[in-house]
Amino acid sequence: MTSAIELEKVRITFGTFTAVHETDLQIRDGEFFSFLGPSGCGKTTLLRTISGFVQPSSGHVRIGGADMAGIGPNKRPTALIFQNLALFPMMSVAENVAYGLRVRGVGKSEREARALKLLDQVALSPHAHKKVSALSGGQKQRVAIARALAVEPKVLLLDEPLSALDLKLRQHMRRELREIQQRVGITFIYITHDQGEALNMSDRIAVMNAGRIEQVGHGREIYANPQSAFVASFVGESNVIPGRVAAVGNGLAHVETPLGRLAGRVGLGPDGSAPIALSAGDEAQLFVRPEQIRLVAPDQPRPACGFGARLRDLSFEGSMTHLELDAGLGMPCNASFMTSNAGALPEIGTDLALQFDPLDAIVLRQEGRAA
Amino acid sequence: MNNLGITFVATALMLALFFFLVRYDRHRAVTAQVGFFRRNGALVGTYLVLGVGIWMLFTFIMPMVFMVDLSFHHKLPPSKVGGPEDVYTLDNYRMFLFGSTTSTDSLNWLHLRSFFMTIFISILITLVTFAIAYPLAYYMAQVARMQVLRLLLLLLVIPYWVNDILRAFAFRIVMAENGFLNQFLQGIGLTHGPIDFLGQNIALYVALCYSHLLLMTFPLYNAIEAQDHNQIEAARDLGAPWWHIHLFVVMPHAKPGIASGMTLCFMLTAGAVATPMVLGGPNSLWFTPIVYDRFYQLFDWPQGAAYAIVLLLACIAFVFGVLKLTGLKLGEITK
Ligand SMILES: Nc1ncnc2c1ncn2[C@@H]1O[C@H](COP(=O)(O)OP(=O)(O)OP(=O)(O)O)[C@@H](O)[C@H]1O
Ligand SMILES: [Mg+2]
Repeated sequence: MTSAIELEKVRITFGTFTAVHETDLQIRDGEFFSFLGPSGCGKTTLLRTISGFVQPSSGHVRIGGADMAGIGPNKRPTALIFQNLALFPMMSVAENVAYGLRVRGVGKSEREARALKLLDQVALSPHAHKKVSALSGGQKQRVAIARALAVEPKVLLLDEPLSALDLKLRQHMRRELREIQQRVGITFIYITHDQGEALNMSDRIAVMNAGRIEQVGHGREIYANPQSAFVASFVGESNVIPGRVAAVGNGLAHVETPLGRLAGRVGLGPDGSAPIALSAGDEAQLFVRPEQIRLVAPDQPRPACGFGARLRDLSFEGSMTHLELDAGLGMPCNASFMTSNAGALPEIGTDLALQFDPLDAIVLRQEGRAA
Repeated sequence: MNNLGITFVATALMLALFFFLVRYDRHRAVTAQVGFFRRNGALVGTYLVLGVGIWMLFTFIMPMVFMVDLSFHHKLPPSKVGGPEDVYTLDNYRMFLFGSTTSTDSLNWLHLRSFFMTIFISILITLVTFAIAYPLAYYMAQVARMQVLRLLLLLLVIPYWVNDILRAFAFRIVMAENGFLNQFLQGIGLTHGPIDFLGQNIALYVALCYSHLLLMTFPLYNAIEAQDHNQIEAARDLGAPWWHIHLFVVMPHAKPGIASGMTLCFMLTAGAVATPMVLGGPNSLWFTPIVYDRFYQLFDWPQGAAYAIVLLLACIAFVFGVLKLTGLKLGEITK
């Protein structure tokens, strides 16, 4: 497979501030690729670099194999959908969609016909001659998509396009975006700080933090094998239990923690295939997700990978019930269960026995103390 | 009826017309509006209506009506005003079109030419001012950083602390035959003899352009500043070259500002008095000095009034022309 976009040693600075540290990345043709990261981590900056509004301070951006140095945003085969859409308020819906064609000198009747066809694809043809301001949020969204698709870009760049919509509409638009992407078959690069959105829609995800890409991979892969503490906590939730490696074997690391001896899989290294080299005595962190912790019934024996904790708070959220536990770590430990109507819930203040499957936990080296 | 009586009746008619227009406007308006008094309360509403009304009445409507009335009278010594000879006449307008009864020409070419040249050159000056102000306003509104913006604003405003007359004479000195500009141009070898900036009216046009630059820049700046910068980037991203973005994205958005700047600039240029008097060359025929002469050289106030009103009508026609061209409503350019 060819790569639609290639970043080679791209670094982006504003004055003395480095917004994006040296980054290498390849995005494949026809891929739905997401950048996921907290606010201010450099997602928009990276996207604007791909679209040509920001010049990298060093490194190369290639689109379809061609180096983009010195090529302006109006000459790149990309189309950007802005965080606030940036539709043209003085033009009608159809004129908005046809703008890119007008720039390319397409005749009035032809561009109108093509705009209508595109509007038809996003179910907006009845609104073609309305003013943009007369549309609802979701409709504006679709106008922006149609306007970008009109210029037949090789790559569509979307900067948090759904963040202004309400939850229901957002979920609907997720599906719609995915469908559009599969229909037109071009590369979509999608920016979001909503992990649900990224996991739900993308072929691959790059998780970013503070100007660095921390991990790239399929959603499931990232969720199952976070390679850094940041990814483990940002993609899904994780309880972090610090400790010291006691023994390593069979892909499992046994860690001596304040909660007793626990075990988890040895995390994968940056290349995503081989586990990191851990040995007894290393400082490590064990990550286990709340939904992977289970209650041990009082009459059962204490399991091998288990710990005790006091129930501090219990909150009910429909399908899930969340427990906030005090395990003596200095910070609360969380566990979540599918709500079951059978059986009584434990009382707040009682001591509980908990366990998890070591295959569901990950052990990584304590960051900042790499060997 | 005496003059005063007519003035008052006409004023009352103007007011009635004004309120009729306001109501007519309301009826046309699509969005239902809350009543003026309901919104502001009866007392404040009354105060506003009376305050604005009286202010308008004394500072604007009455003097205008008085001038219109005057323009339809003969020049008479005070003793005869209101007497049997004080009748309505079109003579003053006739004078503008055909000249005095003693002249042999079929038309009053001198004044007509001056009038149309003034209008034509004012339109040109307005366009040139726009061409200078637009890039400046765009830069200030969309590109400049805060500190640069402040500096530019200051640089634009400070020259206006200098009054019109002083500025005009300063231009005269700089652009005189042996003035600084000519010496400079010859000094760097760009020209060989002195250029007659004053005689050719170049100094006048430059000064008019310069004095109304700010009035053009501010409305433009306001309008362009209100545009989301992402729209400009979106156009660029869709492949638009810069001229296309300005022509089809920025200017349509800034239309109210453009219209308001243009009308302001045109009216003040066509109506400028001090600058043409100081900087006009010997063959300058700006219209305002002619109007001025009716009042203070001939002491023929009715004729002066008629001439001034002709100029006013031209300005109103220009405003409506601009509105027609831009497809805006009168209320929109004051936004
Ligand atoms: N033109 C600029 N000049 C200086 N600093 C900038 C500029 N643009 C962005 N930055 C900085 O770069 C960092 C990354 O910004 P960016 O807009 O890429 O974040 P983001 O990940 O898109 O965040 P969000 O989710 O809030 O949109 C921020 O710290 C921001 O302040
Ligand atoms: Mg952003």
